[in-house]
Amino acid sequence: MAPAKTSVARRAAARRNSVFDLSTMPLREVNRLLHETKDGDFLIRNPRGLHAIACGLDGDLNIVVDGHAGYYCAGMNKRATVTINGNAGTGVAENMMSGLVHVKGDASQSAGATGCGGLLVIDGNASSRCGISLRGLDIVVKGSVGHMSAFMAQAGNIVVLGDTADALGDSIYEARLFVRGKVNSLGSDCIEKPMRAQHKQALRKLLDAAGVGGEVDVAEFKRYGSARELYHFHVDKAGAY
Amino acid sequence: MCGITGLFLKNKALHSDLGRLTGLMMREMCDRGPDSAGFAIYGGESGAQTKICAVARDVPVDWDAVARRLADGIDAEVTVETLKDHAIFRTTGRGDTARTWLIDNLPEAIVLSQGQSIEIFKGVGSPNRIIADLDLSRRSGSHAIGHTRMATESAVTVAGSHPFSTGSDTCLVHNGSLSNHNRLREQLVRQGERFQTDNDSEVAAAYLAWRIRGGDTLERALERCLDDLDGFYTFVVGTRDGFAVLRDPVACKPAVMAETDDWVAMATEFRAIAPLPGVGNARIWEPAPATVYAWNQAA
Repeated sequence: MAPAKTSVARRAAARRNSVFDLSTMPLREVNRLLHETKDGDFLIRNPRGLHAIACGLDGDLNIVVDGHAGYYCAGMNKRATVTINGNAGTGVAENMMSGLVHVKGDASQSAGATGCGGLLVIDGNASSRCGISLRGLDIVVKGSVGHMSAFMAQAGNIVVLGDTADALGDSIYEARLFVRGKVNSLGSDCIEKPMRAQHKQALRKLLDAAGVGGEVDVAEFKRYGSARELYHFHVDKAGAY
Repeated sequence: MCGITGLFLKNKALHSDLGRLTGLMMREMCDRGPDSAGFAIYGGESGAQTKICAVARDVPVDWDAVARRLADGIDAEVTVETLKDHAIFRTTGRGDTARTWLIDNLPEAIVLSQGQSIEIFKGVGSPNRIIADLDLSRRSGSHAIGHTRMATESAVTVAGSHPFSTGSDTCLVHNGSLSNHNRLREQLVRQGERFQTDNDSEVAAAYLAWRIRGGDTLERALERCLDDLDGFYTFVVGTRDGFAVLRDPVACKPAVMAETDDWVAMATEFRAIAPLPGVGNARIWEPAPATVYAWNQAA
């Protein structure tokens, strides 16, 4: 079936400062309107755990999802700011490219998976596999993260103000992990590393960006990263990458 | 895939709404499990009588005739009520004896459950149609478990639909797959468990029933699952007055829980919890891996 054409009225409604109610509007139509729009403020009501809300955005939009979102909310996000006034399901902000995604509640599994850029802030806890296969996105979790977080993470930063469950950073590449609380256990090839001035500076920037720079002391964090013994990459050649 | 729903009512005023609310939850999980569905309802205690639920496999069964044969076979009074291809027997005899007799003597049907409180119904096809055909929305009770299935480990048949129950008033639904179910099934058969399918989830149900019959609490029996079951699972388990959730240590299979003063709910996705009354004030969390969550009506 060919995609339905968005009506003129709907297009007009999609201009700045619109409210979309998912109890009356189909999600696909809401997403289509957002894809056709390059800027403006939008409030999405009654998300009710639906999947792929505000997914694939590419523009200077400011979206508020007022409630709990389902899987893949704000996935593939470019430039837009998406705030979720609730919890987010599996894969929030997965593969995001740039912009800001802010979850005010908890996030389920695989938050920020394979994310390439931008900032993901989670006010609550994130479940297992947070930042799995991270490729450049920065993630700040104000609570704790579940097991296997930062699994095979390649680039980017993950900041955890709380604790981590088992196997943090298993098979990690070059992502940087900063944890304030207790690390239950480290995964294969993940080790604690010294916090040098450059790391403290980078961490401070991330905390500032997440809005907690004033209340959190970077000295309380430990840094973790790759021992570089598991993958075929010798530390002597680090400068080439 | 597969979709699971569980609803445990703390507020008795909601008991008459149990079926309707479970139906709302299951409808949201249809696309996770479109090939078959089933539900267990705990309610309508039958006093001194035991209820036995059964469903025809392929062809219609003359349930009145079966009731008469069962009465003779177990030497007890038996009455029967039918609903579509299902039958609910009530007997003054022992439920486990009646179950065994039916398995041995009625190959054209599947025994779904036996106990004082539990009733299980299931079917093949669209979960929405099954829910409507089997009058789920009119059922009342204290707790209910639902399942929508996307088959992976055994055929799409009514026998392979969840929930699975082998022991009195105990049932289990499963999202995932077990890898050591054949060996475990052999062990449980030696312990006297009777199986009706090749399904891995039936083995998990029988394992729990066996542990509980041996004296374990529901919580303890589930803790032992962590040692003895190999594979992926999110389980929801019901007993006469209990309700529990367990995820395996890797916790690949999704689950979300919510609790208010009136109810505890579990579902594969939040979508299924969103329609519940008072959800705006619920405490919502993701159950941790390898952790037993249990509630009891008596507590």
